[in-house]
Amino acid sequence: MKKTSKSESPPNSLPKCPTGIHGLDEITFGGLPKGRPTLVCGGPGCGKTLLGMEFLVRGATEFDEPGVCISFEETAQELARNVASLGFDVDGLIASKKLAIDYVFIERSLIEEAGEYDLEALFVRLALAIDSVGAKRVVLDSLESLFAGLANESILRSELRRMFRWLKDRKLTAVITAERGNGNLTRHGLEEYISDCVILLDHRVMESVFTRRMRIVKYRGSTHGTNEFPFLIEEHGISVLPVTSLELEHTASEERVSTGIPALDAMFGGEGYFRGSSVLVSGTAGTGKTTLSAHFVNAACSRGERCIYFSFEESASQVVRNMRSVGVDLQRWIDKGLLQFRATRATSLGIEMHLVRMHAAVDEFAPSIVVVDPITALLSSSTQAETRNMLLRMVDFLKAKQITALMSTLTRGADPLEQSQADISSLVDAWLFLRDIEAGGERNRGLYILKARGLAHSNQIREFLLTSHGVELREVYLGPAGMLTGSARVAQEAKEAAEAGLLRQEIETQDLIRDRKRKAIEAQIAALQLELETEIQESTQTLAQQELKLSNLERDRGEMAKSRSLNIGSREGGGKGGSRK
Amino acid sequence: MPERTPEKRRKPEEEPKAWELRLYVAGQTSRSLQAFANLKKICEEHLEGNYRIEIIDLLKNPQLAAGDQILAIPTLVRKLPEPVRKIIGNLSNTERVLVGLDLRQRE
Repeated sequence: MKKTSKSESPPNSLPKCPTGIHGLDEITFGGLPKGRPTLVCGGPGCGKTLLGMEFLVRGATEFDEPGVCISFEETAQELARNVASLGFDVDGLIASKKLAIDYVFIERSLIEEAGEYDLEALFVRLALAIDSVGAKRVVLDSLESLFAGLANESILRSELRRMFRWLKDRKLTAVITAERGNGNLTRHGLEEYISDCVILLDHRVMESVFTRRMRIVKYRGSTHGTNEFPFLIEEHGISVLPVTSLELEHTASEERVSTGIPALDAMFGGEGYFRGSSVLVSGTAGTGKTTLSAHFVNAACSRGERCIYFSFEESASQVVRNMRSVGVDLQRWIDKGLLQFRATRATSLGIEMHLVRMHAAVDEFAPSIVVVDPITALLSSSTQAETRNMLLRMVDFLKAKQITALMSTLTRGADPLEQSQADISSLVDAWLFLRDIEAGGERNRGLYILKARGLAHSNQIREFLLTSHGVELREVYLGPAGMLTGSARVAQEAKEAAEAGLLRQEIETQDLIRDRKRKAIEAQIAALQLELETEIQESTQTLAQQELKLSNLERDRGEMAKSRSLNIGSREGGGKGGSRK
Repeated sequence: MPERTPEKRRKPEEEPKAWELRLYVAGQTSRSLQAFANLKKICEEHLEGNYRIEIIDLLKNPQLAAGDQILAIPTLVRKLPEPVRKIIGNLSNTERVLVGLDLRQRE
């Protein structure tokens, strides 16, 4: 991100000095004005000194720019101790001549002013310190002490003016801290002298939540973020919340990631979400948002991807235990180091602080999947506009890193859709909606896809079942009586099964009857065939007999004729023939 | 400025309370010269030679500034007698110098 912000600044613009402070270089588009003084003002305890020290330490360690701190309030030892908790080795840097700290003690009661004077000795000391390490960065912390210690303000003012000129002439990038005044940026109007860059630090308590904020009041010759940016002082120093990116530059991946539930993948055209997309799962209490998230995480970890699970309502072990009851074992992924739980109470920090922490965690762990469960917990204590801003920032941030984000929101009321979440909708790429379906004296869960950018998706409501082996999606029964789920669906299914059984039986019976009929007819056919054959046989026989008779007759007639003609010769023969007839 | 090395104006050893004064300057500016002249005058009048003035030029010895926590130029430091007192300015306001040196009660 550092690189991109550098490239964003126009080529001919003011040379800038990267602070190395997380997020500050982004909102200043590259850092503080190089070779010029910058005024950092704010009330007590807002982190001015720390900002100055981090500027020096980062300069010395990351940019090879040694630095000098002229401290009017704390000794070198005190400063070193104060920032040691942030991992800054001030003593080591001093020993290696990368940092010099000069503690300037000034106490009004011990000083008598008698006549004209100037602050040449301060210049001498500063020059000595600068020369001793070859400093390119200077911090003066804080000038208020000078005003407190010296009575002659007009001398002081002219000397400070000279000091800033002197710093500029030496091309030193300086950070000058000053106390915030009433009505003015600083108590003593230092902003009149330092006009190149003014950063205002602020902290306030809103609804019992402490938030630090930073604003760039002025940055001559450069564009800069003008909003108030929340920042955090954490283990690694100051972290300014990176800005909502002004452009929408993130590349859209074609790759798909499984939702962890095959049936849900199927609803998304068989493959699940797009990688790098942001998915919102909303639903009323107890509809299975966490379970859905756990499946997603489980699937990702099975592929060897890293996940961070930000939990704002349940502790890690609670989620792990609960998910085990639906057959999802998350503990093994934690043990393997693929899954990180970050469970915090939402109210423990301001909304921005949560965001900053999430940023830090994501930067550190570099996951490919992030789950926020639920974001509503974060939103409870902030206004609608803040909510949207926060989501926008988070979505942008995760998208830029190609991280697939699954966020759950708790919706309230009977008709929880759209009303309060209309603006959230435009931020997310896919929106799953889990809802209760109350019918027949029971409550069942329904799931449908409200939207999925760039994905062909099912428009069907599915019944969402939590079983001991995970989530199952069932088609709901749609009939004339409406949509049926749960027992009603089961009953309907049973009824349908019974009806089908009955029908099947009927068909079988009819089959049987037809078979029998066929057999009967076949038998009849066989009998008739037999009859026919008999008939034919009989008739053939008769015919043969008749033919025989006929031939006999003809023969007899012949013989008779023969015998008649032979009558003269033998009577007996003729007599015989006549008797036969 | 007549001399930059420590100037010894100490009276014989019998004086128990010797004053040790340091005047920090940065180069021979007119203001420094004024301060030195004013200081000398006051010392002569009030300390009757029982004093020692050391002039430190920070342009030559910048590392000495931190030790006495010098910020303004010129600065007069009363090292002895204790406690250490500091007076800044060209010492033109004699009253204030005397108050600063504890030679006169603060009003």
